[in-house]
Amino acid sequence: MVNKTQSRDARNSRDSGAVKKQQSVQQTSSHRYDVVVIGSGHNGLVTASYLARAGLDVLVVEKNDYIGGAAVSRNLYKDFTYSNCSYVCSLLRPEIMRDLELPHHGLQVIPYEGGAVLMPGKQFLGSSNNHEIQRREFAKFSIRDSEAYDRLSRDVIRQCKFIKPLLLRTPPDPTSFKPRDLTELLYLGQKLHRLGEKQMHETMRFWTMSVSDFLDEYFESDLIKAMYAGSAIIGTALGPKSPGTAYVMLHHFMGDVDGAVGAWGFARGGMGSVTKALASSFRAAGGEIRTGDGVAQIRIKGGKAVGVVLESGEEIKAKRVISGADVRRTFTGMCDPSDLPAEFLQQVQNYKARGSSGKLNIALDGLPEFSALPKGSPFVTGDMHIRDSMESLERAYDDWKNGSWSEAPYVDMLIPSQIDPTMTADGKHYMTVFVQYCPYKLAAGEWTDARRKAFGDTVINAIAKHSPNFKSLILHAEVRTPWDIEREVGLTEGNIFQGELTMDQLLFNRPIPGYAQYHTPIDNLYLCGSTTHPGGGVMGAPGANAARTVLGDIGKLSRSLGQPSYRSLFYKSHGRTAKPIKAMSVAGSAP
Amino acid sequence: MMMRLSPKPALVKPAPDHFKQLLQESPFAKRAMPLCRTRDVMNWNGFALVNVYSTVEEEYFAIRNRSSVFDLAPMMKYRISGKDAEAYCNRLVTRDVRKQKPGRVSYVVWCDEAGMVIDDGTLFRFSATEFRLCSQERQIDWLLDCALGYDVTISDVSESIMALTLQGPTSASLLKLCGFKGVENIKPFEIKDWKIGKLAVTVSRTGFTADLGYELWVDAGDAIALWDLLFEHGQGRGLVPIGNEALNMARIEAGLLLPGIDFISSMANVRMGFCRSPYELGLDFTVDLAKPHFNGRAALVAEKQNETSRSKLIGLEIESNKPVNDSIVYSDESCQTEIGFVTSAIWSPTCKRNIAIAQINAPYYGTLTQFWVELYLKRELTWQRRVLEAWPVERPFFAHPRRRQTPAGDY
Repeated sequence: MVNKTQSRDARNSRDSGAVKKQQSVQQTSSHRYDVVVIGSGHNGLVTASYLARAGLDVLVVEKNDYIGGAAVSRNLYKDFTYSNCSYVCSLLRPEIMRDLELPHHGLQVIPYEGGAVLMPGKQFLGSSNNHEIQRREFAKFSIRDSEAYDRLSRDVIRQCKFIKPLLLRTPPDPTSFKPRDLTELLYLGQKLHRLGEKQMHETMRFWTMSVSDFLDEYFESDLIKAMYAGSAIIGTALGPKSPGTAYVMLHHFMGDVDGAVGAWGFARGGMGSVTKALASSFRAAGGEIRTGDGVAQIRIKGGKAVGVVLESGEEIKAKRVISGADVRRTFTGMCDPSDLPAEFLQQVQNYKARGSSGKLNIALDGLPEFSALPKGSPFVTGDMHIRDSMESLERAYDDWKNGSWSEAPYVDMLIPSQIDPTMTADGKHYMTVFVQYCPYKLAAGEWTDARRKAFGDTVINAIAKHSPNFKSLILHAEVRTPWDIEREVGLTEGNIFQGELTMDQLLFNRPIPGYAQYHTPIDNLYLCGSTTHPGGGVMGAPGANAARTVLGDIGKLSRSLGQPSYRSLFYKSHGRTAKPIKAMSVAGSAP
Repeated sequence: MMMRLSPKPALVKPAPDHFKQLLQESPFAKRAMPLCRTRDVMNWNGFALVNVYSTVEEEYFAIRNRSSVFDLAPMMKYRISGKDAEAYCNRLVTRDVRKQKPGRVSYVVWCDEAGMVIDDGTLFRFSATEFRLCSQERQIDWLLDCALGYDVTISDVSESIMALTLQGPTSASLLKLCGFKGVENIKPFEIKDWKIGKLAVTVSRTGFTADLGYELWVDAGDAIALWDLLFEHGQGRGLVPIGNEALNMARIEAGLLLPGIDFISSMANVRMGFCRSPYELGLDFTVDLAKPHFNGRAALVAEKQNETSRSKLIGLEIESNKPVNDSIVYSDESCQTEIGFVTSAIWSPTCKRNIAIAQINAPYYGTLTQFWVELYLKRELTWQRRVLEAWPVERPFFAHPRRRQTPAGDY
C-alpha cells in the first residue's frame, strides 16, 4: 500500500512542477475530503479545479495510470505522441480556459487552415478558412451551392447564438416552480422570443430534423451535403437520414477558435495538453490527483454519498462525491441498486449511449501523398474525409445496424504533426483517423484481435485508395474499437459523447428527465461529465456547471462571486446599452 | 404537378491551383495595377481591386472636375431571359418593371418575404424578354430560389461581361473623342450599343456619383481594348483611374447606399432585427405598392399602413470638419439617449459640408431637428471626445444639374 502511494506520488511530481500538498498523500483513511471527483477526464478536472479554487479539499481519483480520460496524449510507439481519443479542439469554452488560467498552465490551441473531401477518381472538394478559396471549391460542383453556403453559415450562426449562452447555464426544470427554474425558463423563453416567430420555427425544426433534410434546403450538390453531414454523424449512432442529426452538426459548429465560429484547431502537444493544463491548474490550487486506482463503489449511507471505495480496497471518505463518468457507468457500475429508486435505475439503464465510432492512431515514416490533392495545397493540413455521397453515408450506417463495421466507412483523418512540431521527430508524421461507423458489439461475436485487425485493415485500405504511398509509410498503428474505448476510458459502449446528443437526451432531459441539474437521487452525489448538459466534446461546460451547483449547495457561491477565477460560473449579460460617460468637453467646440 | 425549374447555371471551374491566389485578378489588372502607385488594394467579391492609385484627393477631384475611370469587374451581373423574364423581375423587385421600357435602366431593390432588403442594384432591360441585374453582392442563390415556376433562364455573367464606369463632367466629350457618335444624346438611365472599330460597347448613362457619367460594358475579352481606347483619347480630358476610396466619397455625396456599410442584407444578417426595409432605408421611391404581388409586398403594405418603420436612414450635416465615422447619435447634448448611429460619413470637399448618412430610430426621425453626434478624435496620440451638433438634410448632398442635361455638354 505504502509503496503504491509512493510510486503514485513520484509519478505526480514527475508530470507536474506545480505546488502539491505532500502531507495529503500519506494521510490516514480517517481523512475526510470535502469532495472526491471520480475520473480525471477534462470535465472532472474542470469541476475539481473550480472547487479547489474555492478553497475546498478536493481529491481526483483515476483508474488509469495516466490522467486525461478521453483527452489524452500518449506515447505508444517510440517518440510519437498520439491524441488517442479526442483529436481536435474547438468547443473548450474560452471562459473556462481563462478562469482556470489554462494558457498559463501550458495549453495552446492552434487553428488549422484547410481540409478536403476525397472522392473516387481523383476528385476532391477542398475546404479552407479563406472565404474565397472555399467559394471557388464549392463552385467546382455548383455555383448555387457556392453562395448557399453563406446562407447556411448565417442560419447555423443564428442557432449557435441562441444555444451558446445556454452552455454555461444550468438547464431549468420545466416542471418546477422554484424561483431559479422559473427565472431560467423565462430566460429561455425570452431568448426564443427574441428570435422572432420565423426563427423560432426554424429552431424547433433544427433541433428535431435530420441533417439530410436540413442540407436539402441549402444545397443541390450531393457531395457538398455529404461534406457537411459528416459532422452530424460523428460519434452518433444515427445515419444522416435519422431525425435529430441536424442538431449534432450544430453541436460541432458551436465552438470557435479565438472568435472564429465553427473553427477547429489542435491542442499543441495533443489533446492530453488540455487535461495536463487542467491538472496543473488544479494542483496549483492545492488539489490532489491519485492515479492507477479506480472507484469500485460509491459509498452511500442513509441516502447520502459519503465517499468511495477504490478497486484496491482503500476507502476514501468525502462530504461530496462527483462522478465524471457517464450516468450509466456511475449508477449501474458504481452504486448498489438497493440505494437507488427502481424507476430511476430503469431510466439509467435505458439511457442511450451506443458506441458507433472507432479510431486509428498511425505513426508514419513521412508525409503521405494524396493523389487528388494538388502539391502544396492547404487542404492537406486539416481534416481530410473520405466519402462520396449521402447515400454512402447512410449505407455505412446500415452496416452498423447490422452489427458490423462499415465496409466503406466515413473517415475523418488529420495529420497534426504538419502544424504541431511537438508530436513527432522531424520528417515523421502522426495521423489520427476517426472512423464512423464501428459497433460496440459485433453480430459475428466478440471483438477479437483478428476482427480488430480486419477492422483496421478496412480503414487502412480505404485511405490507401487515395494515397498510393500510405501503406508503405506505416510504422505503427493503434486500432481502437468502441469496446476498447469502453474498457480503457470507461465510456459506456465507447460512446464518445457519454450518451447520444438527441433531443430526448438534451437540455432539461440530459441525462435523465428530472435530474438535469447535476444532482442525482442520492444526496451529495453529483454528475459532472458530458453525460450532463450541454453534452459531449472537449468543452468543459458540464464540469463548470456542476462546480457551480456544488458551490451553490454548500453556500460558497456568493462568497466566490466577484473573484476573477469564477467569472464564468456566474450568468452575466453583456452590457449592450452601456450608458455613455457624461460629456467631458464643451459640446460643439470646434475640434 | 412539378413546377418548372430554372436550368442550372453553367459551372465556372477554377484553376486546379486556384488556392495559391487568394484574390482573383480583374481583366483590367494588366493596365490598372501598374498605375497603382500605393499598392493599396482591397477585396471586393474576391477580386483584388485598387483602393487608391495615387492620392485620394487627385482621384476624387477627377470625378468632380475631369473624367475618372473605375473598374467594375467584381460587380455581379446576372442575365435573366425567357418568356417570363418580365413577370419574374416584377415579382423579384419592389419597382414596377412593366413600366420599364427596353433600352432603359432602373435602380431597384429586392426584399425577402418579411420586406427586408436583400440588396440593391441596377436592372437593365434590353428587350421584352431579356434583362440584366447588377448588384454588389452575390445573388445567384436567391435569384434561382425565386425562379421556381417561371420560364426564365438565369445565368451568372459576371466573369464574361466586364465594365468600366466613366464619371465626370468631361466624360461625354471624352466618349465623343473615342468615336461614340451621338453619345451626348442618350438620356439618364438609357442604354445604347456602339461599335468602335471591332470593339462592341454597350453604353448606359448610369453611375454612382450624382454627376455626368457612363458605364461601358464589353465582353471580357475586350476589356483591355476598352481601357486602351479610353486612355488613348483621355489625356485631353484629364482622364484618371480612380480607386474605391475616391468613388466612395462621391457616392456618399450622391447619398447612395452600400450593402454591408449602410444596411445589412437580410441574407447576411445574423442578429434578429438588424436588417431593414426599403422604407427604413429611405428608398420609398423604389417601392410600388400599386403593382401586383411581389416579394415582401404584404409586409411593406403593413409597414406603410401601420407606420411601423423602426428607423430611417437620413442625411445629416454636422458642425466642424471632422468626419463622424462610426459615431453614435444622441437626442441630447449630454448624450443620455441613444437614438441611432452613423453609417457613412465624409467631409465633402465639393459642398464644403461635413455630411453623414445615419440610421435614426423611431420616433426621432422626422420629428427631431437637432441631433448630437459623439466623436472620438485622436490628436497627437491623445484621444479627445467631442459632442457635435447635427441636423437633418436632404439626400443627395450633392447633385449637379449636368447629370440630367441632355444633350450632355462638354463641361
